[in-house]
Amino acid sequence: MNEDIKTFTISIYTENNIGLLNRISAIFQRRHINIESLTTSQSEIEGVNRFVIVVNITESQARKIIGQFEKQVEVIRAYYHKDEDTIYTESCMFKIKSALLFEEPQIQNIIKESNARIVTVNKEFFVLEKSGRRNEIESLRRDLNVFGIMQFVRAGRIAVTKDEMKITEMLLAFNNQ
Amino acid sequence: MNTETIKKTQEVADKTERITGSEAIIRCLIAEGVDILYGYPGGAIMPVYDELYKYQDKIHHVLTRHEQGATHAAQGYARISGKVGVAMATSGPGATNLITGIADAQIDSTPMVCITGQVFSNLLGSDAFQETDIVGISTPVTKWNHQVTKASEIPEVIAKAFYIARSGRPGPVLIDITKDAQVSEFDFQYRKCTGIRSYVPVPKTNPESVKAAADLINAAKKPLIVWGQGVILGKAENELKAIVEKVGIPAAWTILGASALPTTHPLNVGMVGMHGNYAPNKLTNECDVLIAIGMRFDDRVTGKLDTYAKQAKIIHFDIDPAEIDKNVKTDVAVLGDSKDSLAKLLPLLNEKSHDSWLQEFKDLYKIEFEKVIKNDISPTKEGLTMGEVLKQINIETKGNAAIVSDVGQHQMIACRYADFNITKSNITSGGLGTMGFALPAAIGAKMAAPEREVVAIIGDGGYQMTIQELGTIFQQKAAVKIVVLNNEFLGMVRQWQQLFFDKRYASTEMTNPNFVAIAEGYYIKARKVTKREELADAVKEMIASKDSYFLEVCVEKEDNVFPMIPAGASVSDIRLS
Ligand SMILES: Cc1ncc(C[n+]2csc(CCOP(=O)(O)OP(=O)(O)O)c2C)c(N)n1
Repeated sequence: MNEDIKTFTISIYTENNIGLLNRISAIFQRRHINIESLTTSQSEIEGVNRFVIVVNITESQARKIIGQFEKQVEVIRAYYHKDEDTIYTESCMFKIKSALLFEEPQIQNIIKESNARIVTVNKEFFVLEKSGRRNEIESLRRDLNVFGIMQFVRAGRIAVTKDEMKITEMLLAFNNQ
Repeated sequence: MNTETIKKTQEVADKTERITGSEAIIRCLIAEGVDILYGYPGGAIMPVYDELYKYQDKIHHVLTRHEQGATHAAQGYARISGKVGVAMATSGPGATNLITGIADAQIDSTPMVCITGQVFSNLLGSDAFQETDIVGISTPVTKWNHQVTKASEIPEVIAKAFYIARSGRPGPVLIDITKDAQVSEFDFQYRKCTGIRSYVPVPKTNPESVKAAADLINAAKKPLIVWGQGVILGKAENELKAIVEKVGIPAAWTILGASALPTTHPLNVGMVGMHGNYAPNKLTNECDVLIAIGMRFDDRVTGKLDTYAKQAKIIHFDIDPAEIDKNVKTDVAVLGDSKDSLAKLLPLLNEKSHDSWLQEFKDLYKIEFEKVIKNDISPTKEGLTMGEVLKQINIETKGNAAIVSDVGQHQMIACRYADFNITKSNITSGGLGTMGFALPAAIGAKMAAPEREVVAIIGDGGYQMTIQELGTIFQQKAAVKIVVLNNEFLGMVRQWQQLFFDKRYASTEMTNPNFVAIAEGYYIKARKVTKREELADAVKEMIASKDSYFLEVCVEKEDNVFPMIPAGASVSDIRLS
């Protein structure tokens, strides 16, 4: 079976426990799956965490690792989604010399056109924040690179799915058992 | 939204008592029905041992001679009884010594709770004396693990540990408890865990898939059942038997499924897998419906997946959704507890027999008998064979013994030839193939079921991996019968070297000590057999012995185990020589 490798966004709803990240990353590690990005935060439900993990794998691999995640005692539910089934974004920050703002007027245009936001400015540097798709962030980085970037950092993808996640119902069902 | 994360049994009003964490640990174990545990003391777990001393009339601690032995003993205890085995160790090296047994329990779905001591919580992360990150180390090989740093957490965490270890697909759980949690006092009350909101131990059985499975089975001309340990873990032996008999389906077993249906049952067609029987392996690629029950299509069972049962419709009964389609694509998956789903299947099946299909198994058995079995169990050549030893054991135990085997050629021979009348009687390390498993596992099995005859079958290699547990046998007066089949080789590896590496016997020959003297050094009655004439009498004497007994049988040095599916070959390419 030569299946296509695609980008999948994996969402894992979990209890908020120390050590769970270790358990989850071990599942990827054992199967030699490289994590493109990983974000974890509180979910819409009090006390429930959500991992959003981006990987490039085949769909059957995705299906199998979802089974492995769900097997973990503290995982409530896990899903995988293709890009077209999610709304996703990434964000990044640039730290740039303040002097450039005045020496290179072009920078101001780049900032305006890219919808980036200036977070702070002081005498030495200013900080730009931008969120959007990867290609937008990349093109901004290329544009700014010409002038010199002091620091650049990009956060992992965050995503919400188009279809419903029935986590709340599941948790309520447990209460009413 | 706020929901409970775990469910517990009713609180008993005003029933708290102020006790230390370590006393709480013992009280929790007693509340969970633990009567025996296996372990080894050390600094970080001493307060718990002190409590064990006080509670010794209620709970029996067995001092093994190595922490690995404690885990395997707990496994043997669990495998023969269906109860949770418990092992305990100190921090650092004590804890790391548990890992092999934990990994073994994980891959063989054995319910086990391990408790380790840990350094004081204020020292965590400081490279303190005997500090290891045992929670980190054990994460990939445990069903669940947790570190406790406060005494007040102990009851809830231990309750969860036992619930998780025994429910659903069982497995090992490790609880690491810091020394400060052990020594501080709190208001104790124990409530058993009855549910965890993020954890679904038994998935719901879909009646439609049961119906679909029944339809396939009813229409089948050549159905074949392959069952695994899921039948034993789900206590579904009677349901399996009823189905097999009602529909007349030939039924084969994986190594861990052995003994769920008596070996003498006319529809029991033997073991599948690398050294399994000829007929069920060959006919896996002839059946039209393959009914897999509580087994996981391990590569040692399937051989090359691309050529495994491609002609057949596959029905897979399993409690673990992650097993479905993991290795073999199924046509019908029935999730749920094996006892429950088989009970639902039974009334939907039509009474039938498959005589000509069963005849195919008998015909192939005849071939295997002529080419392999006859020479294994009734040899005419001079040297003793492992198979004839098993035959003698069958005669003396009448197939009622629990056979605890180690890993290697003797294991395959034991599983192929041992007679099993009673379920839970084949105790062996299947998924991990852990040499050194058998001797300590036999101790645990014997202590859990003192009324049973427990015979350990071990190679001269694996025996020396946990030989120190002879000390435990002696101290505990555990009447384990130990058979070492001595071929002076790491036989299974030597067999591969002979077949696939042009007989280059790299580091597989063993110069062995005087095993009889060693056993006698532990005051265990011992005998060595080198000739066929002595075998029957020696086995008889061993089984008749009320106490533990050591029997060394010097077998042919370079015998091979056949049939064999070479690694990576198809089940149809099973070799008889
Ligand atoms: C702990 C461990 N180390 C290595 C192996 C690899 N191995 C599998 S079978 C075997 C040989 C076993 O020899 P012995 O115990 O003498 O039994 P025999 O095969 O001769 O019956 C070895 C080394 C293993 N399974 N477990």
